This record gives sequence, structure tokens and C-alpha cells, in this order.
Amino acid sequence: MKHARPWKIILALIGAFAAAIAITWTMGRHTSFASAGSPPPGTDASYDQTLVAKGAWLAAIGNCNTCHTASNGRTFAGGRPLSTPFGTIYATNITPDRETGIGSWSPSDFLRAMHQGVDRDGRDLYPAFPYDHFTHVADEDVNAIYAFLMTRDPVRAKTPANRILVPRPAISIWKALYLKPGPLAPDAAHDANWNRGRYLVDGLAHCGGCHTPRNALGAEKEREDLAGGTVEGWRAPALNEASPAPSLWTAEQLVAYLRTGFDAAHGTAAGAMAPVAHNLSTVPEAEVNAIAVYVAARMAASAGARATAAGNAPDAQGAAGGQRSARGDDVPPADTPQAKDGDAIYRTACADCHDGGRRGIALGYSSSMTDTTPANLIRVTLDGIHPREGEKGEVMPAFRGALDDTQLASLIAFLRARFSDAPPWQDIGGEVAKAKRERESEDRKPS
Amino acid sequence: MITLNVNGKMHEVDADPATPLLYVLRNDLKLNGAKFGCGLGQCGACTVMVDGEAVYSCLTPILLLQGRSIKTLEGLGTAERPGPLQQAFIDEQAAQCGYCIPGMIMRAQALLERNPSPSDEQIRTHMNAGLCRCGTHMRILRAVHRASKTMQGAIPGAKRA
Amino acid sequence: MNAKASSGGFGRQTSGPGLRLSRREFVAGAGALVVSFALLPRLAAAQAAQEPRAPALPGSLKDTPMLDAWIRVDADGTITVFTGKVEFGQGIKTALVQLAAEELVVGPARIRLITADTSRTPNEGYTAGSNSMKDSGTAIMNAAGQVREMLVGMAASRFNVPADSLVVEDGRVRAADGRNVAYAELVAGQSLHITAQPQSRLRDPKTRTVFGKALPRLDIPAKVTGAVAYVQDLRLPNMAHARVVRPPSYGARLKSLDSSAAEKMPGVVKVVRDGSFLAVVAEGEYQAIGAMRSLGRGATWDETATLSPKTDLYAELQSLPHDDYQIRGDASASAKAWSVESSYRRPYQMHGAIGPSCAVALYDGGKLTVGTHSQGVYPLKGAITEMLRLPPESVRCIHMEGSGCYGHNAADDAAADAALIAVAIPGRPVRVQWMREHEHLWEPFGSAMLTSAKATLDAQGTITDWQFDVWSGTHSSRPGQAGNLAAAWLLQSPFALPTPKPIPQPEGGGDRNAVPLYDIANTRVVHHFIPKMPLRVSALRSLGAYMNVFSIESFMDELSVAAKLDPVTFRLRHLKDTRAQDVIRLAAERFGWNAFQQRESGKHLGRGFAFARYKNLGAYAAVAMEVDVDRESGRIDVVRVVAAVDSGDVVNPDGIRNQIEGGIVQSLSWSLYESVAFDDTRVTSRDWSSYPIMRFASVPQSLDVHIIERPGTPFLGTGEAAQGPAAAALANALASAVGVRIRELPLTSKRVKAAIGV
Repeated sequence: MKHARPWKIILALIGAFAAAIAITWTMGRHTSFASAGSPPPGTDASYDQTLVAKGAWLAAIGNCNTCHTASNGRTFAGGRPLSTPFGTIYATNITPDRETGIGSWSPSDFLRAMHQGVDRDGRDLYPAFPYDHFTHVADEDVNAIYAFLMTRDPVRAKTPANRILVPRPAISIWKALYLKPGPLAPDAAHDANWNRGRYLVDGLAHCGGCHTPRNALGAEKEREDLAGGTVEGWRAPALNEASPAPSLWTAEQLVAYLRTGFDAAHGTAAGAMAPVAHNLSTVPEAEVNAIAVYVAARMAASAGARATAAGNAPDAQGAAGGQRSARGDDVPPADTPQAKDGDAIYRTACADCHDGGRRGIALGYSSSMTDTTPANLIRVTLDGIHPREGEKGEVMPAFRGALDDTQLASLIAFLRARFSDAPPWQDIGGEVAKAKRERESEDRKPS
Repeated sequence: MITLNVNGKMHEVDADPATPLLYVLRNDLKLNGAKFGCGLGQCGACTVMVDGEAVYSCLTPILLLQGRSIKTLEGLGTAERPGPLQQAFIDEQAAQCGYCIPGMIMRAQALLERNPSPSDEQIRTHMNAGLCRCGTHMRILRAVHRASKTMQGAIPGAKRA
Repeated sequence: MNAKASSGGFGRQTSGPGLRLSRREFVAGAGALVVSFALLPRLAAAQAAQEPRAPALPGSLKDTPMLDAWIRVDADGTITVFTGKVEFGQGIKTALVQLAAEELVVGPARIRLITADTSRTPNEGYTAGSNSMKDSGTAIMNAAGQVREMLVGMAASRFNVPADSLVVEDGRVRAADGRNVAYAELVAGQSLHITAQPQSRLRDPKTRTVFGKALPRLDIPAKVTGAVAYVQDLRLPNMAHARVVRPPSYGARLKSLDSSAAEKMPGVVKVVRDGSFLAVVAEGEYQAIGAMRSLGRGATWDETATLSPKTDLYAELQSLPHDDYQIRGDASASAKAWSVESSYRRPYQMHGAIGPSCAVALYDGGKLTVGTHSQGVYPLKGAITEMLRLPPESVRCIHMEGSGCYGHNAADDAAADAALIAVAIPGRPVRVQWMREHEHLWEPFGSAMLTSAKATLDAQGTITDWQFDVWSGTHSSRPGQAGNLAAAWLLQSPFALPTPKPIPQPEGGGDRNAVPLYDIANTRVVHHFIPKMPLRVSALRSLGAYMNVFSIESFMDELSVAAKLDPVTFRLRHLKDTRAQDVIRLAAERFGWNAFQQRESGKHLGRGFAFARYKNLGAYAAVAMEVDVDRESGRIDVVRVVAAVDSGDVVNPDGIRNQIEGGIVQSLSWSLYESVAFDDTRVTSRDWSSYPIMRFASVPQSLDVHIIERPGTPFLGTGEAAQGPAAAALANALASAVGVRIRELPLTSKRVKAAIGV
């Protein structure tokens, strides 16, 4: 190509850059209502109790308390750090405290935040707050959530400053590219329940926030909706036709899983999913049913669904690992096995509980075995599964200290081979090291 | 035959490699510290240390432990010369029936070796895996605090592994 | 400070205490009094009035009056003290050693304490009811005091000086001129086979050197350094390991058994079957576990149990056949306009000992010896004797510590299992360890209970009428009889669970503490005793007192609200008992009751108070509590607890503190989380995942216990005094924090949140 004069190129680039900044700055300018006299939040008595109750379950579906509560902090008072590829952002205080929370926000302030990702002061909100989903939530539902939040206890708690690399004005570019504001149009090909499910999943429940892969700019890949993602090191499996579940998820099973955190044919809601199930346990069953119907429909074409239809899906016996001896129970290999022999490790450390689903699930059922990454399997093996304080629930003990890194890697490789037909995972050792770095203590406090 | 390194001493153990460490400690090596509480990894009465981490000996088959370093209550000290944690538990009278206590001590030892001056919150979180039915929790927490002070005083400025 | 405490190993021959009679005593025959008259001039006056019939002797001396049943002075200067009570972490061993050491004026290290052993120690029934200090402590204190006086008398004779001129010091009796003699030398050739006296010259409380001191527990050093300390640690030569295959539900019968696979497993010695009782013996412990699983797979059962999980448990309680006992007032309740009426509920709750039950037994040469952590080795011996149809003199039960049991748990059942298996493999000791699930599913639970409280207040806010009803199953199905042993139900010739009878007042069972201590003009209390309960039930720490005090003390708060009076003031107004008033005032003052601030950003703080005197006869305890309730989740965070307790004379203040702290934390666990679950046929609370209890994350930030000491007064016990008040203080603090009154235990987050609403 013909070489232009270097200084012309530089000038052009500077000009383009300046223009971009100007455009960004302009787009990022929103009206601030901070100085406008906005009505104080109503007292408890001034909100209709039915509306508040509805707002409570909608907020539970939206999982607000999970992000907006610090560990050992008061509910909704913010302060929880969220790691993103761009730095750390702190969830804000959404209690009705006037100085440190949203106590001075009007209903329309709140609506603008939810639908457009703009706060009361007119600043763009980082899309770690998933307004790309909340933008689909109907006004009346947003208002119910508003009534609910305004009737919480005000907590004085200043949100720590973010440590994020992206300057706030750049968000407007991101929004221009990725925010599709407004409600979703109902799909006439499906019934009301399915549509309600999609409305909740794509909107408030923002399942894609975890379960959809993201691009380099941190936006969900539109054409890979619910194709699987990562959150805080955990794999959020695909909830579409790429679902790794070895057997069909029926809507009934999903309802049970979402409301109790456990389904015997699929497993436990562990890691980042645990608080979701806890919240959904407080939500009217009809809403969870709608979510389940929609998600089940999205997974209807998965390999597991096909296996079930063909009669090939694992059952409790087939899901059992190891071989039963003539004596009828699992035996370790006759000669002294290698300590790093995954088969031997499984049979001596795991089979007692997992074989045939005596306790916990039969491993052939678990999508942790069949997913694209061993991330979940490793984390559950290291740190176990624990119910919330004082509550009943499945307990899997932590094996962090019992297995050294080599043994763990051998075990994981063995489990993959024994309980799935999928190709072996690459770099299990690297994934183990990564998981261990993320956790400091060997016993996780129940979430 | 499996060789186990327990409290710095090598033992040849003729037991099924599937045998959980707890039974080998108690029955083959005649060590009383680690206790059977549930066999399910839910209560921590069986806790020992392996390579510095607290581990449920009721669930760890000896198959996994060749060449690794196992520490039990007996490795912390004796009645004549108790280790800092043992002494702290005596000083705080941190026991009622005492059945859970060896597991608590081993769990605390693992914490203090990694973090010599834990906060109250860190101690509570770390010890949460251990169950006590007699309600000795307050004294156990005080004993761990006390031991952390003793251990720091004993070796001021030393870097912990 | 190493007083050797009993470990009760097998194979040690013992001829029992003091069988050698001196010629003088033998000649005196039944006239032991004559001997004692000569030796105890100081007690001569008391003896002059001696009746031939057994006089009222203090504590357990009334059942076991011979001094040498309790105290033995050995030639090497060791003093052996025998007690029929047992240690299970409450510190009784240390306290009894302190008592004996004080009265005998020796260092505690010189005392060797032997605990319950049917061949060696007095029969003091069960270690239960917080009676150990009252029964055994009193007996030992008096026996030791009388032995000391006897030794002084012997020295006086020897030195030919007045007894009053002698001084006792560290096991020696010393004359003014310096002559001295050791106890051992004094009793050489003599026995102490002498009847105790009703009165003792006890040491002046002002001169106490070890009684009343926080002597460190004698058993703790061994427990934290891995010595043999529990029956679980007992290892005997050639000992085999056994596991029992328990039925899946109550009343299940073994229909068929294919034991061939189990029998072929490595190390298996024998499969034992008697009717539906099924067990396997192996050389190694882990082998026994594997064989148990295999044997379980080869067994099929006929299940008959029908439990009704979907029915309202409390409606069911009221509909079960029951016997009514009017334990206070008369039945003619005039039609009253009650000011306040409330009813309260408590589900089945379990002991949940951290160490599942264990026993070791040996049947050799026609003699059966059982090492057990049963709370009552004599009643257990009776039950095992009956079950196995053995002559009583051939059965010996020796106590060794288990983990904390908190009442009648599966310890006796494990002993029965071990006995049955030992008889099947004579000559070889066998160790039976219960699995976690077996302990959870088969232990006797604390009975579900329902109470109803009604009261009338006058215009001044004083309670004028009070009606209290309690529905409960039994709180005691302890052996005694073979039919109280779970194994005995399963035998080919089974023993049926005997129909229980209520424990009479003033101790009571389900009606323990059902009568309020408060001074109320017209009090009526009815105990509706339900003999047949759908789940297995028996004594859980404090028996009915936990629930009755929870109910009464919650109700007192509700009344104080109606009377518009502060809850502490309201209670004080209704109490004349000054010791009750003292603990209430002390707890309130140390808590800062009147200065309590309820405001703090984002928190819902509340304060709660409760008081009870255990059984209206035992220790006085008041508990004040501060909580912080999370409105969103319903979680109650117990911030701080302050307790005041009066246990009478205090032997070891730290022992009292430890028991009260523990009792409060345990009660908080019961009251916040615990309820046994079941489905149509079986209990489903099978382990900690399905029956969660308190963990470190939830214990209070601080817990302080203040003791009011009453030297020279009777021992009142301690171990069960705090449970009821802690539960009520919790419910009262919840009401204070968020204005909701919950009357159903446990106060789970879900229940609290449902009551709070959105």
C-alpha cells in the first residue's frame, strides 16, 4: 500500500480518538436528579403490603441479596466485591439509607437504573449490575421491587470505591453495542407459562449472566445465549442444547432442584448456584415452575435428553462406579495399587458414599463429569458441599487435605473416563492449581 | 504393606489399603487421639493433619498416605510435656466430655501453623467443621486464642511454614 | 495433681472393699456400734441415741451405710474412694476427689477414685437428675469426715492424748508434742467395715483448702494428650470387633437372611443371629464394618411401623391415650376469664452424642463382664441378667467414660449388643461400636411435648389464677428391665418394652418444673401422661423441665406485657424465695438489664430474661440474653448471654461454670435448630446433615456465668439448671427484638421469618 505521511496518520488517530471521547462523554451524560427534590421513600405503611410481598419474591428471583450483601454484612447493604476481568467492583448499598443507600431515590430513579443502567446522579453503571437483563423487566415488577427495597431496614454502610480499569464514560460505548433496552415480545408459538418463564429467565433471574459465555468486552455473546459460562471459578453449565447433563432434565426435576438445591438424578446446587436455590425456595412455586418449564424446553434437544428418550441414560446402577466383586461390594484392586491410581482412589475414598447413590448422587448422573471443564468437580472435591447454617442438606466432606495434587488430578481424570463418554479434559493439573489458589481455607464456611 | 509416617516415625502397616486412616491409627498403631464420631466427614472428631492440612481420618484411605506426613494429637506433646495447644486447652479447662477435643486441637493446629495470629472471626470460620455437643465452644475458642499467643511468644518473629 | 481415676480394666482381680474384719469386730458381730463407740468418743453422744433400725444417713449412705464401701486406706498411703456415680464430662470425678481430699485432709493426688462398677462400688442407681453431688457427694463428704474422725480417735488411743489435742495434716495425725502417725499405719490390720453415723463433724468451711477451689479437672490432661480415657479406647488381648445390623424401623422383623457373602469376607469370625438381632464379628474393625454392610445387603425385613409425619404432631399428642395427673391444685377449675392464654410446642429432640455408643464385653467361664458408658451400671446389670437369663452374680458391669450422653442414649443398648455377642463367642472379648446412623435413629429421644398456660391478672398486675397443662410421653424408659434394651425386642424370645409409669413429683418427668416456683394464689397443674408414644423416648437432659420452663417463662413475659411491667420486676414481685430473687437480681445487674439500648443501625436488638429453680428443689438459674435478629432471613444471632446460678455449696466453681455454659449452648442448639424428622415408617434424622446442630459460627459472642456460693448448705446440682431458662430467654429476646412471639420450638430462621413476614 501507499505509505501516507506518518504525521498525518498520527493526526488522524488523535482526531478520531478525541471524537470518540467527545461522543462517549456526550452519550454518557445523563440527567442527574441528585439536586432535584425527590420524594422521600415512603414509610412501611404507605406501601401496599401485597405489592411489597410481590417485590420480595421478585427480588428473590433477581437474586439481589446475593450480590448486594457482603459476607458478615447486613442484607442489601452492599460492600461485596465482584471480580471481573477489568478489576474489582463493589456492589452498592441498596437499603433505603439516605446517605449511603438508595433512600433518596424515587421510583423513576430506580426504574432508570434497572432499565438503562444509570444511577440517580446520572452516572452510567458498570454492567456487572446486569441491567442488560433487567431492562426486560416490566415497570410494574420494577415498582414492586422498589416498594420492597424501600421498606427494608436502612443500613448506614458506605460502599468501598471500585478498583476497576475501565473509566466510567466508556460504558456508554458498551451500552451502544450491547444494551438492547425494552421488554421482550412474547413468543406466540409458546404458552403463557413458557413465556413467563422466558420473561423471568432473561429478565430478573438473569440466568445468562452466569450461564452465557462473554466476549472480550465482557458482554454476553448474543448468539450463544445460555451456552455456558464461568462465575467466580465455577462453571455455570449450558442450559440450552449444549447442556452436559447425562440425562433429561424434566421441568419437575428442575423445580425440585431450584427450590431445594438437590435432585437425585442430577445433583446439588453447589458453589455459586447455592444461593440461587436458597432464594428460589422462598418464591411461589408457580414462578419457579415457569422458569423450569422454559429452561427444560431450552434443554430439550440436548444429548442427555436424547439419551433418556433412547433409553440410554444412566440409572442408579449404571451410574455406579467401580466393579462389584463376587462378594457384592466394591473392592480395591487386588495387588497394592499405585497411590495415584484414580480407580483405586475412587474405590477407597469415594465409592462408599457415591456408589449407587448411597449418599449424594451416583456420579454417572452428574454433569460435573460431562461438562467442558473439570472446574466444578475439582472445587467440590476440594471443599465439599455444605448446607447453610442450621439447615438440613447434603453434606459432602472436603478432601482438600486428604488428596495431594497428583492424586486429585488422577482421580479427576479417572472420573471423567469412568462416568462420561466425553474426551479427556486437558490440563487438569493447571485447573487444580487454579482452584487451590482461589481458596485459602480448607473448610468453607457454609454460604 | 504400606509405610506410614506418623508423627515423624515410620510404621509398616499390614492392612487393606482401603482402610481409613482412623482405624489404622487406633487399632494398628494404638493411638487414641483421633476418634470415631460419624465416619462421614461431618463432625471432625477424627481430624488429624496430613502435610499440614486438617483431614478427616475417617474418610482417608491409607492408600493415599504413602510418603506423606501424618501428625496426630500424640505428635503435639505428652501429658508430661504438653504442646502449646494442649497446654492451652488444659489452662482454659476447654473440655467437658472431651471427646471432640482431639479433633478440635488438630484442626486448630493446622490453622495456627498457617496463620499464627488469627482473628476471632478466622478462628470461628476455620473451626466450624468441628462439632461439639457439650457446648464447650466458648472455651475452645479461648484456648485457640491463648495458644496463638503462646506460640507467637515462644518464637518471636519466626516465619511460619 | 494426678489423682488416679478408675479405668476399670478387665482381669484385675478384686476382692471388694474391706473384707478383712479385725477380731474385735468379728467378735462384736452385729455390734459394729460397740466398736465404733470405742473408737469414736466424739460421736458417743450421737450413738447413745442409736436405734437398731437404719437411721437417716446423709446422701447415698442411706442405701450403703458401711464406711468401707466408700473409703479405703491402703498400706501405701493411697486412699481409695468409691462412688456409684459416673463421669461423663460434668467433672464429677474431680469434685468428689476434692470433697474426699478436703475431709480427709490429704492432697487430691493421694485419692484414687473408683467409679461405678457392680463388683466394687455402691449402687447409686443412675447418674442423672443432677443428683450426683446431693447423693454421692454428700455420702463421700460425710464418710470421709467420719473416717477422719475415726482415725483421729485411733491416734488418740495410740498416743493416749485427748482427740481434741490432735491435728490432722496431709494424711498424718499429729500430737502437740510432735508425735505423728500416718493413716495407713493407723488402719493397718483394721477394716472400716463400720456403719456410718447420721451426723458428721465436717471441716469448717472457713478453713477449706481444696473444697470450693477451681481445681483443674483431673481427667483433662489425659484426654488432650491421647491417653486411654474412654470405653472406645479399651483394647483387650484377642479382642474382636463387631457391628450390629440394625432393622430399618421400629418393630421391623428379619424376614430372610443370606449371610454367605458376609461370612466369606476377610477377617470375619462369626455371624450372630437371634431372631431379628443380627450382628457380625471380625478380627479387624474396618473388616467388621464392611461385613456389616454386606450382611445388611443380604437381609430383608418386614416393616410394620406406621408413623404419621403429615399429621399435626401436637394434635396427635393430644389424641393419644393418656393418664391425667393433677399435680397441683384441685380439678374444679371455676369458669375463669383468663387474662392470657397460650400454648407451646416442642418436637422430639435427640441426645446426639458426638461419640456413638460403644461397649466391650467378655463372656468367660460363665462370667460376663461388660465395659460400658451407661449412666446406670446396676440397673443395666439387672436388665442384661434378665435378657440373657444368667444368674445375677455372674454379670458385672463396669463404667468407663463415653462421650457426653446427656441422658438415656444408646449406651445401654450397645452394652446389651456386646453382651449378646460375647455370649456367642465365649472366651473372647468383643467390642461393639454403634455407627452414627444407628445412634441417631435408635437412641431414645426427648419426648415431643405440648403445654397450655392460662392465667388471670388482677388490677395491680398480680397473677391470681394459674392453670398449666402438659402433654408428654415418658421421660424414662431406662433399663431396669430387659424390655428397655433395643436388642431385647429383636430376640427370638423377645422382651416387650414395658409400659412406662410417670416419675412421681416432686421430681417429675414430663411434668418436671411444670409447677411454677412463683407465689400464685390459685395454681392448678395437670400432667397428661402418654404411656405409648410413636417414637422411642426417654430421658434427655433436664427431662420435661426444658419445655415446661420454656413455656412458663415465655408465658411470664407475655403476662408481664399484659401487666405493663418490666419482665424482671414482674418475676420478682411473684417470688418470696430470697435465693431466687438473688439470682434474678444478679443476672439482671450483670447483664445491664435496665441500661439496655435497642437502637443500632440496621440491627434488631432484643433482650430476654428467664428464671427457674430446677425441679423446684435444685439449683436456681437466671439467664439474660441479647440477640440481634436479621429481618430478611429470620436468623437469630445470640450476641451475649449472662447467667447467674446458685447451686448451694460449691465444690468446684469452674465445674459449675463449665456445666452452665455448656447447658446454655446446648439449649440454644436445641432451641434454634433441632427437631427429629420422620416419614411414614422410619426416623429420617440419620446424621448431622439431616439433623443440624449449632456450630462455631453461631455461638454467642460472649457468655458469662456468675455463681452465688452458699457454703455449708446442701448441694443442689448444676447440670440441668440452665436449659429451660436459656430457651425462654431466647424466645423472650426474639419478642423484644422484632415483636413476634414464637411458641413452637425450634425457633428456626424459617419460622421466625414467617412470623416477621415481609
